[in-house]
Amino acid sequence: MTVTDADLQEAFEAVIGRDQRVEPRDWMPDGYRKTMIRQIAQHAHSEIIGMQPEGAWITRSPSLRRKAILLAKVQDEAGHGMYLYSAAETLGADRADLTVKLIDRRQKYSSIFNYPALTYADVGVIGWLVDGAAICNQVPLCRSSFGPYARAMIRICKEESFHQRQGYELLVTMMAGTDEQRAMVQDAVDRWWWPSLMMFGPPDEDSPNTAQSMAWGIKRHTNDELRQRFVDMTVPQAEALGVTLPDEALRWNPERQGYDFATPDWEEFKRVVAGHGPCNSERLARRRAAWEDGAWVREAATAHAAKRRDHRGPGR
Amino acid sequence: MTYTSEGGHGAVPTAGVPTGAAPGAVGTDWPLYEVFIRSKRGLNHVHVGSVHAPDAEMALRHARDVYTRRNEGVSIWVVASADITASSPEEKDPFFSPSADKVYRHPTFYSIPDDVPHM
Repeated sequence: MTVTDADLQEAFEAVIGRDQRVEPRDWMPDGYRKTMIRQIAQHAHSEIIGMQPEGAWITRSPSLRRKAILLAKVQDEAGHGMYLYSAAETLGADRADLTVKLIDRRQKYSSIFNYPALTYADVGVIGWLVDGAAICNQVPLCRSSFGPYARAMIRICKEESFHQRQGYELLVTMMAGTDEQRAMVQDAVDRWWWPSLMMFGPPDEDSPNTAQSMAWGIKRHTNDELRQRFVDMTVPQAEALGVTLPDEALRWNPERQGYDFATPDWEEFKRVVAGHGPCNSERLARRRAAWEDGAWVREAATAHAAKRRDHRGPGR
Repeated sequence: MTYTSEGGHGAVPTAGVPTGAAPGAVGTDWPLYEVFIRSKRGLNHVHVGSVHAPDAEMALRHARDVYTRRNEGVSIWVVASADITASSPEEKDPFFSPSADKVYRHPTFYSIPDDVPHM
């Protein structure tokens, strides 16, 4: 009996149809494999680049407590990147090759990390809004049809909750401080609110890949559904904090049982993703420097391991 | 350019992004090790992911840093990915079929009178 492509396609679709997971060595359509590599790689890049905006504040933390927290958070982002590169490699991608594609600008990362973190209040707002938006995106991805990605996302989601809560607690502390501190928080909220809403991607009518991704079980909700969910979750948190979200159109709509809000500036979004945001060059230059400056360590460790293998002789 | 919200931090370009796998194209990356963790005493080691490292000893350290930042483990195994031999998904049916037709290996195969206790 010969197995035809149609049989394989049918078996693949049956797995998706039963809401089971596709595992790395299963047959999968070429488009599915490419989409998963792209999605996981660019997600990994986002985690790695995502260390930078807050990482710059580690040495300037206001207290040892805040420093330990921020250090742990930034280390988590590195860990998230590693979980994801590991998942991408199960599809035949090569980790070093993915890093080179990132620093050569052939693969991208999320636009949100091209905005600067100007004050320590930004550390809090990034945790609250940016990680809050990431949680909205990531919780449904725990049910992605691709097994290794779904498992990595479960791990990541457990840790994101710490990220969001430390950010919100930091902001509560600042709001109980001086007028100047409260103004810093409001300023950071004003700057991060719209970029956070853009994290969910273009409106559904401009998102041509959504239907295929939903059919493959690698996207569970549309961009607009997730954006609405984020706004509805965040408004009461903003009220409790005592900050104003910078949108005059924001109001409760009892008919829809959700908040109405204005449209993000999609032209700005396109500029930032295309490489013309405030920090694109700086972020990539930093990543490239870390990669190139670390080359001698990678080579030295390889040489050391080879030498020790030789000393032990054959069969250890 | 097409943008899609995919991945945890949302919208990224999706058109014209290369996804070709090019192993070995970038010189000498460290070998890949699979990581298994015993989360607590009494449980098996379970596969959690992989790390790159120059040797097994460094792989253990990397695995600790990446996979056990919150007391997730009391013991770690690492094994070079190249040393794992796996059954092939294409042969799944013939490979496992010897067990599929032996229903008499399961306790439910046997009917026992309802009034027999403890069985």
